[in-house]
Amino acid sequence: MAKRERGQTPPFGGVFIAYARILSAEDMARAVRRMAHEIIERNHGLNDVVLIGLQTGGVFVAQQLAEALAEIDGQRPATGTLDVALHRDDIGLRPVVPEAVTDITMNLDGKTVVLVDDVLFTGRTIRAALDALGTFGRPKGVQLAVMVDRGHRELPIRPDYVGKNLPTRRDEVVDVHQQGVDLGAVEK
Amino acid sequence: MSNALVDGNLLGIEGMTATEIEEILDLTDIFAEISQRPIPKVPALRGRTIATLFFENSTRTRLSFDTAARRLSADTMTFGAGSSSLSKGESLRDTVEVIEAYGADALIVRHPMAGTAQRIANWTDAVVINAGDGCHEHPTQALLDAYTLRQHCGSLNGLRIALVGDIDHSRVARSNVLAFTALGAKVTLVAPATLLPSSLAGWPVEVSHDLNAVLEQTDVCYLLRLQHERISEGLIPSVREYVNDFGMNEKRANLLPSEAIICHPGPTNRGVEIDAAVAADPRAVILDQVANGVSVRMAVLFLLLGAGRDLIESPTAEGNK
Repeated sequence: MAKRERGQTPPFGGVFIAYARILSAEDMARAVRRMAHEIIERNHGLNDVVLIGLQTGGVFVAQQLAEALAEIDGQRPATGTLDVALHRDDIGLRPVVPEAVTDITMNLDGKTVVLVDDVLFTGRTIRAALDALGTFGRPKGVQLAVMVDRGHRELPIRPDYVGKNLPTRRDEVVDVHQQGVDLGAVEK
Repeated sequence: MSNALVDGNLLGIEGMTATEIEEILDLTDIFAEISQRPIPKVPALRGRTIATLFFENSTRTRLSFDTAARRLSADTMTFGAGSSSLSKGESLRDTVEVIEAYGADALIVRHPMAGTAQRIANWTDAVVINAGDGCHEHPTQALLDAYTLRQHCGSLNGLRIALVGDIDHSRVARSNVLAFTALGAKVTLVAPATLLPSSLAGWPVEVSHDLNAVLEQTDVCYLLRLQHERISEGLIPSVREYVNDFGMNEKRANLLPSEAIICHPGPTNRGVEIDAAVAADPRAVILDQVANGVSVRMAVLFLLLGAGRDLIESPTAEGNK
């Protein structure tokens, strides 16, 4: 498994060394399809459903979910991206990267927003995302879809759709990318 | 991180490299997006206090710094020279110390004397941002102009820019020449000899006294404000003569290439450096400059006061503030 530079995701810098592949690309595609079905089931269709991918890791997951939803239901839901860097409570401990753009052009009033992220860990990103969403309008409801739930929550937040529940140690690192999900550690 | 910002202040464009300027402009995109939101506010600078100290009048700079600070959720404090204890003989240093004692994290300073911002920076631990000091520099104006040009023309590299008007007394001209040329633009100063600095040694610019000849080879025509005192100082014979030679009217605007743009830092003297009809021309991007002023100043405040400082470029850096 390839080593990867980790510049912009916690713990910032260092090289990620994977020691186990948790999901292959096919496993991930199946998980995405299942979550897509669950989203349609839970919302009785896709009316007023908007997918918002969280920068940076959640964006490609949101794209895959949107494609799966389009295949199943025939209509592709509106999608957007959201960078929560400026809404975080640990601002100063995280980088703000110009490439992570927020792109929400639709009005969110009355919509059902599905936040999509790659890994759910402490829940602080989601807390920040909920705050950030408030600056775009008042959604009817907000749901959360994540590819991996690795536990260790620090806030009362839970996901609605989970690709894979993955118990981890706190010092481990979960890496979600196009080819699958890896568990490993970062060497500084 | 940027040299010009590493000591925690923004005092001038002088000393900044193209990369440093571009970093700020890249970051500005993020803040421009925030201004588009239905609720344009993020909590990035919550709990920080930003004081504006203006010893000179201003509409744009002051309001846009104020707006920028509020959009980042900072608290703002306002000091106006007219209504303060200055009239009772309070010294500049006392004023600064008092404002610092109220807990200001940043001081945004405009003063008619060149070098005031630098002087204040020597006295205080707070972040100092120069919002115009005499005829010296006005760095945030240059940054917002560079951002506006980048927005309209893609890149400043190779862009032909004519700066027209009172170059000698203009801090905007000074900061803009430094920023534009650092980013690779070709700058031509167009002015009567009396309104040019006595020496242009070290300035990588061309000089012309003939606006009509320059316009045909210009992508950006940047007009500077003509202050009325220049007439009483005898630097120009009369406003009419200045308008005749250097005023932007419809006829001159038609000499510009069709995709050229016209800029002005404001406030405009309608009928002097720019005709009302030209100011309303879609090629005049004066209001874009104003709107971009807020975004650029948000980026600057965030870099100097927020997480930005250590993290924009090197995410691994430990906080060293």
